[in-house]
Amino acid sequence: MAATARAVRDEIAARRASAVEICQDTIRTIQATNPALNSFLLVDPDDALARARKVDARIAAGDVPPLAGVPIAIKDNLCVRGMTTTAASKILQNYRPPYDATVVERLEAAGAVIVGKTNCDEFAMGSSNENSAFGAVRNPWAPSRTPGGSSGGSAAAVASAQVPLALGSDTGGSIRQPASFCGVVGLKPTYGRVSRYGLLAFASSLDQIGPFARTVEDAALALGVIAGPDRADATSSRDPVPDLRAALTGDVKGLRVGVPRRFVSEGVDEGVKAAFDAALAVLEGAGARLVDVELPHASYGVPAYYLVCTAEASSNLARYDGVKYGYRSKAAADGLQAMYTHSRSEGFGAEVKRRIMLGTYVLSAGYYDAFYLKAQQVRTLLRRDYDRAFESADVIAMPTSPIPPFGLGEKTDDPLQMYLADIFTVSANLAGVPAISVPGGFVERGGDTLPIGFQLAARPFDEATLLRAADAYQKLTAFPTVAVGFRHDEPS
Amino acid sequence: MSALTIADVERIAALAHLDLTADEKTRFAKQLADILDYAQQLQSVNTEGVPATAHVHAAAGVERDDALRPSLTPQQAVANAPDAAAEAGLFRVPRVIGG
Repeated sequence: MAATARAVRDEIAARRASAVEICQDTIRTIQATNPALNSFLLVDPDDALARARKVDARIAAGDVPPLAGVPIAIKDNLCVRGMTTTAASKILQNYRPPYDATVVERLEAAGAVIVGKTNCDEFAMGSSNENSAFGAVRNPWAPSRTPGGSSGGSAAAVASAQVPLALGSDTGGSIRQPASFCGVVGLKPTYGRVSRYGLLAFASSLDQIGPFARTVEDAALALGVIAGPDRADATSSRDPVPDLRAALTGDVKGLRVGVPRRFVSEGVDEGVKAAFDAALAVLEGAGARLVDVELPHASYGVPAYYLVCTAEASSNLARYDGVKYGYRSKAAADGLQAMYTHSRSEGFGAEVKRRIMLGTYVLSAGYYDAFYLKAQQVRTLLRRDYDRAFESADVIAMPTSPIPPFGLGEKTDDPLQMYLADIFTVSANLAGVPAISVPGGFVERGGDTLPIGFQLAARPFDEATLLRAADAYQKLTAFPTVAVGFRHDEPS
Repeated sequence: MSALTIADVERIAALAHLDLTADEKTRFAKQLADILDYAQQLQSVNTEGVPATAHVHAAAGVERDDALRPSLTPQQAVANAPDAAAEAGLFRVPRVIGG
C-alpha cells in the first residue's frame, strides 16, 4: 500500500486501486500487527468496508474528494455514530454515540474511510497510554517502551504503517509528545481552529483535535479538511482557514526561528539536546535566522497546567454518573447519590480519580484564589510571553519532550514525575498557539533506537507559517517515519 | 509540605462523588500533597493586576437564533442509558432518599 495519505488518494484518483481494496489491505495489516501493539481498541471490518464502498460509489460518479479512500484511525475519545466510543474507560465501555463528531463528519465528507478507534490514556489523561482501561500500547520502535500519551494508539498506528492518518487530541501535549516518541508528525492546531463538538471533553479551554501523519503535507491536508468554524462549538473560530498545502513552499529563507535558550537547556537529556541543536542547524543552513527569545513564565507551565486542566476536568467529568449513559454500578444503591458515587468509583481509573480530586480541591472554597485563579493569571503572563516573543520570531523552536521514550512501568508509581515530562508541550495549550512535532532524529538507548521529536510553535492562526517551516525541515532531514519491523512492501 | 489529611481527602472525594478505599485515601493524600506542593511555586509569580485567562480567544456573544433545529428524538437520547423508560423518553434512577 502507498505510504502517505496523499499517495493513497492519488492511487484512488488514478483508478489504480479502489477504496475497498485499500481498506481490505489496511484491515489485514491491522489484524496482523495489533496484538503486538494494542494500538486499536476497535476495528469493525464490515463497517469499514461499507464506508469504503460508499467512497467507491462516489468515485464512480466522478466525485473524488481530497481524502478519497484514505484509511484513517480515530482516537477513542472522539464520537463516531454507532461505534463504541469509550475514552479508554470502563465507565463508557459500551457507549455508542448517537452522533458523529464534527471532525468525523468532515473527514467522511472528504472521502476518508474510518477503519477503527485507537487506544489512549483514559479520558486523555496521561503521557504514556498506560492509563487505558484496556491495556497499554507499545512503541513500534521499542516494544518495552511507551508510545507516549495520551494519543498513544493513534501515534503507534501511523508509526507502524497500520494507517497513513490518524486523529488525536492534545490538551497538554497529547498529540505532539506521542508523535515525538513514535517518530511521526503530530499537529496541535490553534485553539479554536478545529471544532471540539464530539470530542469527549477533558479540559474545555485547552483541548484541540489534530492529525498524526507521516508527512507534514499529509497533516496539512488533514487539517484543511477538519478545520473551520462550527455552529455546534461556540469556541470554534471564524478565522478563515488558508490553503495550507499551498503554504508548503519549502522556503525558509529569512524565517526567524526563536529559541528560548534558558528554558530549553534545563533538565534535557543529552541526546535530545544534540538532536535539537542539529535541527536548528538544518534550518539555519536553509536560510532561516536563529534569534534568542525569552519565555520567562514557561517554567511555570506544568504547575499552571495541572491546576487548570484538572479543575476543568472535575467539572467536565461530573456528567459520568450512571444516569444518561455509561456504567452504572450493580451494587445495591441506597438512593441516587450512592448510585452516582458507586458508579463513578467503580468506573473511573486511578489517574482520572486523582485529577478529579485535584481539580475539585483547587476549585473548592478557600483554595480557589490561591490555586485556580492564580494559575489562570500565570496563564495570561505566559500568553503575553508568547506574544512578545512573536514580535521578533516567526516560529518558536523547542524539543517536544525533554526525554526519549521511557520504559513501560518506569513512571507509573510517581504521577508528578510523569507530569514533569510535559514541560515543553503544555505552554502551547495554555497560550492557545498552534504547535507541531516533526521527526527530529534518533538516540540509541539501552539497545533501542528511539525517535526524538523537534517542535515548532507559531502565532495563533498562523498554521501556514508553522507548516511551511515544519515541511521544509522534514524534507531536508527525511528521517524514516515507520518503525523497523513494520516496513512492509514500500518504494524506498 | 502541605500535608493533606485523610479527612481532607474524604471531604474532596465526597464533593466529587467518589468513594475511595482506605489504601486509595492514603495514597492519594500523599500524591495530591506532592502535586500541590509542587504547584506552590506559582505563589512566587507576581500576578498583581493580571487578569485571569479563562479562554485564550474569548469570543463574546456567540449566539444563534432561537429556532428549532434537528435534534435527537427522546428514544435516541435515552438509548445508551443503563435504565430507561424508552417509550416515554425518560431515564430511570433510584429514588432520592433524604434531603
